[in-house]
Amino acid sequence: MDEPSATEPDPQGAGDSVIATRALTKRYRGGQLAVDGLDLTVPAGSVFGFLGPNGSGKTTTIRMLMGLIGPTSGTAHVLGRPMPRAARAVLPHVGALIEGPALYGFLSGRDNLIRYDAADPTSDPRTRRTRVATALDRVGLAAAGGKKAKAYSLGMKQRLGLAAALLQPRRLLVLDEPTNGLDPQGMREIRALVRELASDGTTVFLSSHLLDEIEQVCTHAAVMAQGRLITQGPVADLAAGTRGRLAVTTPDTGEAARVLKEQGATDVVVTDDLVTAEPPDRDLAELNAALVTAGVRVRGFGVERPSLEDAFVALTGEGFDVAG
Amino acid sequence: MSQAEVVREVVRDVPRRTSPLWTLGLLRSELFTTLRRWRTLALLAVLAAVPVLVGIAVKIETSDGSAAGGSGGEGPAFISQITNNGLFLVFTALAATLPFFLPMAVGVVAGDAIAGEANAGTLRYLLVAPAGRTRLLLTKYATVMSFCLVATLVVAVSALTVGALLFPLGELTTISGTRISFADGLVRAVLIALVVAASLIGLAALGLFVSTLTNSGIAAMATTVGLLITVQILDQIPQLHAIHPYLFSHHWLSFADLMRDPVYWDDLVKNLGLQALYAAVFGSAAWARFAGKDVTT
Repeated sequence: MDEPSATEPDPQGAGDSVIATRALTKRYRGGQLAVDGLDLTVPAGSVFGFLGPNGSGKTTTIRMLMGLIGPTSGTAHVLGRPMPRAARAVLPHVGALIEGPALYGFLSGRDNLIRYDAADPTSDPRTRRTRVATALDRVGLAAAGGKKAKAYSLGMKQRLGLAAALLQPRRLLVLDEPTNGLDPQGMREIRALVRELASDGTTVFLSSHLLDEIEQVCTHAAVMAQGRLITQGPVADLAAGTRGRLAVTTPDTGEAARVLKEQGATDVVVTDDLVTAEPPDRDLAELNAALVTAGVRVRGFGVERPSLEDAFVALTGEGFDVAG
Repeated sequence: MSQAEVVREVVRDVPRRTSPLWTLGLLRSELFTTLRRWRTLALLAVLAAVPVLVGIAVKIETSDGSAAGGSGGEGPAFISQITNNGLFLVFTALAATLPFFLPMAVGVVAGDAIAGEANAGTLRYLLVAPAGRTRLLLTKYATVMSFCLVATLVVAVSALTVGALLFPLGELTTISGTRISFADGLVRAVLIALVVAASLIGLAALGLFVSTLTNSGIAAMATTVGLLITVQILDQIPQLHAIHPYLFSHHWLSFADLMRDPVYWDDLVKNLGLQALYAAVFGSAAWARFAGKDVTT
């Protein structure tokens, strides 16, 4: 962005970002601090993974971004405009799936979409039926569009919720747990759909508890815990932040552990025929040579690539335990 | 130009056109959705059944030639006239349903309006569509008021049909004793239906306000109907006469004054004024509550 000037209505709309929050905070009436000073930046064109244990404030953040709840303090900009003030201008460009789908059970899938489309002031009633049919087709519900929504399975409801987010061309898609309730085939289809949308230039903001899913489709990610943002950045950098462990497979574990320590490796752990350790800061080929010189019979030698899950556990210090 | 600037250009410079008829589209969707609920249809069916029951009861009771309501019992207003003229069944049915059945149906629909959507989670999707909170609330209010009219017309049309089938039609006698033509009678019946529908506006606003207070549709409906019953009881306690003129149901039965010749307007005007007051007070309260509410369902 250029220098903020008088003609620039929100200098805080910040650079190349589709979502930008500054010190965004939400304290519920009970006094519970759900989101605490969040500075989140989602770059344009990214597929942004939003991670965190249950109760870490992800959904509260998404609801604030969508103007459903007001922040206690701080600001949130979506598509460069302040929320919730500019909701009427911003939200037609945003497709959202928040905390699972919500449907009128007594209406057909098609009529559900028609209702949501009618609530959008910018949607053209003349193209409504065509757009609804296209959206149904896109999520694989073309054949089930006439069925009452209460007869849908969880996966079908999820697909219909996605279809509602795709009724119009969108600049930003906010998808909260989009593959929830889907079978593996459905998950693959949704991932392919997300990639396809992203390749058209749509920014996708994806919250998920499936780390491998984030790793597969996301270019960027942020991790929240207990209402605070722990880290954010390109997925590759996040995973790289956690160093991979050296893994040596050998029958001579005792000798191998001794040599590795000698060579400067720390945190050496022996399990069965595997020795793992934090590698020292030097060429690992020398370590291997040292092992072989010491008569250690090496079956396997390498560095385990750190996964996002390792990074996540390292950052949150826990698995998916609910924060109290 | 960076991608974000492209995004911002689009939002700022090429806003998607808002169709001027959009609010009507939302209203149509709202009416359609309300009338497709089995609950709404069941309420309307009950309302349509009341005139049928009254008509058949009167027919059976008077088949031996005796006058309806003549055997000492006090029925709803106008019931003794039905045998002479089927049109009176319209007035009787409205008088019979106005104290409870009609307002209960309105209370259910009004109470469910916002709370029901919140309960089902559909409210958040309407708001991110974005329907706009003020417009959504106005659309909901318009829908509830339309339902007041539809419910009243269901009673009136059902009564007119049953009345025409079971009893003779023709000239009728007003409460003041003068004779008016059947056509004049029909016009007054339509006016009475409109006044009865308007009598429900205050309760509709109250129900809509209650609906913005909770995320449970059932709780909002129960509270609204509970308030209705409470107000009806308070209106029956003579010691509380000081507050009676402010109870929304106090002037409800004034619609009968339209059957006087000339029409006696005092209570009718008081009734409509009171309904407008309730609509303004609770409509504003509902807006104040809903405009800034955190939607957490």
